[in-house]
Amino acid sequence: MSGAPLIEVKDLGVRLNTSRGPAQAVRGVNFALRRGETLGLVGESGCGKSVTALALMGLLPESAVISGSIRFDGAELVGLPDAAYCKLRGNRISMIFQEPMTALNPMHTIGHQVAEPLLRHAGISAAEARQEAIALLDRVGLPDAAKRVDAYPHQFSGGQRQRITIAMALACQPDVLIADEPTTALDVTIQGQILDLIAGLVEERGMSMILISHDLGVIAENVNRMMVMYGGTVVESGATDAVFTRMGHPYTQGLFRARPRLGARKGTRLKTIAGTVPELADLPAGCTFADRCAIVEARCRAALPAVVDVGAAHGVRCIRTDVSMAAGGSIA
Amino acid sequence: MSVFFLRRILTLVATLFAASLIIFLVLDALPGNAAQMLMGADASPDAVRALTVKLGLDQPLTVRYLLWIKGMAVGDLGNSYVYGTPVAGLIAERLVLTIPLAIMSMLITVVLALAAGIYTAANHNKLGDVGVMSLTQVGIALPNFWFAILLILLFSVKLQLLSAGGFAGWDDGIWPGIRSLLLPSISLAVVQAAILARVTRSAVLEVLREDFVRTARAKGLGKREVLWRHVLRNAMIPVMTVMGLQFANLLAGTIVIENVFYLPGLGRLIFQSIANRDLIVVRNCVMLLAAMVVTVNFVVDILYAFIDPRIKVSNL
Amino acid sequence: MSAPLTASAATSAIAPGARPVTGFWRRALRHRSFVLGAVLSLIVLGAALLSLVWTPWSATDIDIASKLRPPSAAHWLGTDVLGRDIVSLLLVGARSTILVGVIAVGIGLSFGVCLGLVAAARKGWTEELIMRMSDFTFAFPAVLSAIMLAAVAGPGMVTSITAIGIFQIPTFVRVTRGSANAIWAREFVLAARAAGKGSFRITIEHVLPNILSILIVQATIQFALAILAEAALSYLGLGTQPPQPSWGRMLNDAQTLLFQSPMLAVYPGAAIAIAVLGLNLLGDGLRDLLDPRLARER
Repeated sequence: MSGAPLIEVKDLGVRLNTSRGPAQAVRGVNFALRRGETLGLVGESGCGKSVTALALMGLLPESAVISGSIRFDGAELVGLPDAAYCKLRGNRISMIFQEPMTALNPMHTIGHQVAEPLLRHAGISAAEARQEAIALLDRVGLPDAAKRVDAYPHQFSGGQRQRITIAMALACQPDVLIADEPTTALDVTIQGQILDLIAGLVEERGMSMILISHDLGVIAENVNRMMVMYGGTVVESGATDAVFTRMGHPYTQGLFRARPRLGARKGTRLKTIAGTVPELADLPAGCTFADRCAIVEARCRAALPAVVDVGAAHGVRCIRTDVSMAAGGSIA
Repeated sequence: MSVFFLRRILTLVATLFAASLIIFLVLDALPGNAAQMLMGADASPDAVRALTVKLGLDQPLTVRYLLWIKGMAVGDLGNSYVYGTPVAGLIAERLVLTIPLAIMSMLITVVLALAAGIYTAANHNKLGDVGVMSLTQVGIALPNFWFAILLILLFSVKLQLLSAGGFAGWDDGIWPGIRSLLLPSISLAVVQAAILARVTRSAVLEVLREDFVRTARAKGLGKREVLWRHVLRNAMIPVMTVMGLQFANLLAGTIVIENVFYLPGLGRLIFQSIANRDLIVVRNCVMLLAAMVVTVNFVVDILYAFIDPRIKVSNL
Repeated sequence: MSAPLTASAATSAIAPGARPVTGFWRRALRHRSFVLGAVLSLIVLGAALLSLVWTPWSATDIDIASKLRPPSAAHWLGTDVLGRDIVSLLLVGARSTILVGVIAVGIGLSFGVCLGLVAAARKGWTEELIMRMSDFTFAFPAVLSAIMLAAVAGPGMVTSITAIGIFQIPTFVRVTRGSANAIWAREFVLAARAAGKGSFRITIEHVLPNILSILIVQATIQFALAILAEAALSYLGLGTQPPQPSWGRMLNDAQTLLFQSPMLAVYPGAAIAIAVLGLNLLGDGLRDLLDPRLARER
């Protein structure tokens, strides 16, 4: 966990062309990720988590305009030609997606699909790649991997398919794994198994991981550090423990209160955050959370608040931390 | 797999029977006796009756239908009312032209359409896409026989590169024959290709939006590799369906185009037979064309199973 | 021909009341292919209507003395081999084209929509039977049916109208059934059934009004196909018979004179292409305007 960061993102901004006109999907995102470190991205859908991940992968639509800097192992990724990016993707940076049912090509065998990154990057023969694919499928816990390597995706369950996409992402021993809501589409009973598998593999191979989720529980259990995103900006970031004990941003607090809890007294109403997520196409000038915030002031709407350090490497993008942190010191 | 085949084959046989029944009913059972038609309205009743017996038209409808079916099974289609020669021979003579013509135009169609469809999808909303799509819009609006006439105007009348019609046959080798079928097959293909290109484009665009395309990109495959290895095979299912349907139009088109270029193919034979009131030839030609259409669509159905692994298990 | 292209129009249906009537014309006038299509279609329609009251010359009178004249002030596009004025022939030809198209599409529309509605309302073996039959009819392109009919009944306008009409039925069956099925699955139909309405009343009161715009789009495109088929049949001599002028027939006449008067083969073909292009663009435009959800990837 020492030395230069593996990934260093500075003032990342992404402008997307949507059907409702151009939208600033992400702005002012800064973070660094060291080798072996795990980072969680949490927030409601449409907050810019996935766009940030796709920007790292260089997989945003061609019409997207990216500003700022993304450095990977010292090299700048923003503006990198696609051919050079292809040498990184699936090789040094891999990604697992949300929908295992549609993430696999229905026309190719799973063995072929797992072997594909190996053939692309590792420069080994087809026979070797096939053996390696079987070993990978075995490692991710696919039963009868050697026998089922020539089967097609439709012959597997959702959980099994997610195991296959994990095998695919890990094939080339990447330095960084980006997991975008890897369990959201799965049965609750399977979710834990898949998360344990991912955590085990990250540990075993010393990979860095960026885990994206809307589920605070998943984030709490699986990452060292976390970033809370809202309206395309990071509203709070810090060590997972620190953020959970001393929540600084009213949105983080709201997100925490809105989480369903086991053992809650019967009849307890689930707290919700009033209002709705702002449309990225018409974001307010000031704090993106202003319209839903309980302690909003006039100056919140004037300009995007700067990040305030509230602890060691714990930053909050809020000008009212004095109030929010005094009131929310013991929210849990 | 075998159940899949069995079902398809049963459907094929049933469809062929239905087609034969309809063709027979329309051509042989509607009012108007073939013998009377052949001899004209002022022929003597005795002569008409004699011809009726000679042609076997005095037998009951069901017997004649069953005889026809039986004949088709053994390859004996009866004799032409007009020439007295076997219909099977007449048709075979013409197929050496019509089948190469159909194959050539299908090939040109597929090559043009896939090239244009893939190119436009890969360059979605760019200048090339808009340009080619406007061309296909015009292509769809062209009557194929008019396009054929324009080709004749350009290549035969103006440039004098190719003959305006006629068929060189296959006796002097393959090239003269292909040369004389070049303009006909192009004029048939261009219009069909315009339609198929649009289908291909939207099929490819549809697949490009699928999640597994992003997965493949995340593995480090370039856009081109993803297109060839992952997208095309998935996009082929709708494209092949349309190709199968187009084959019917293509055969109908050969009838028209053979008339434009004065080619002695099946289409011309049908026309001469209508003029000659040679109903037995018309009946067998129409049956052959319908059978070809039905069979091609059957083959397309079977090909699905080879392309799409999901069909073997699920479609039972 | 473009059935598979357009059949997809059936997959989604328009919500009741969601039909964007307000501002339709404002949006329509800004839609490029709709405007171009409408202008081209109106030109053809105008030509046909004009020919009812006025043509520069008679379209049927033969004047051998002035045959194959080049374009002039008297004959704007010249004359054909029988000395007939090309402009007049084109105007009257528009009439035959539209007449055959309207009747043939009418046949296809009325039979096809009825069968499609029945298939959607009845389900089960009725639906299976209707769909099998319409699949089967696809195996007989208009030219093939026209040949069979011409063989027994002789060639002519009635033959070609019947053949084209039959050829149109299966497309309308498919589109109607597809979109009607989507309506049958909707809540307001369920509510109507719960209220005790029979399937006939539901079909008339709920299903038909909701698939109307899809049918209008389809009919426009089928009209274009009918024009192409009519032209081919007249060209082959199976359709409209002389002396009644038709564009297809004019092309057939012109082909024998390709070396002498090549332009004679250009005008009627261009007329057909303009009519078909206009209707296709109009259909595409209507599709975008009537159901924005289908407009995305066009």
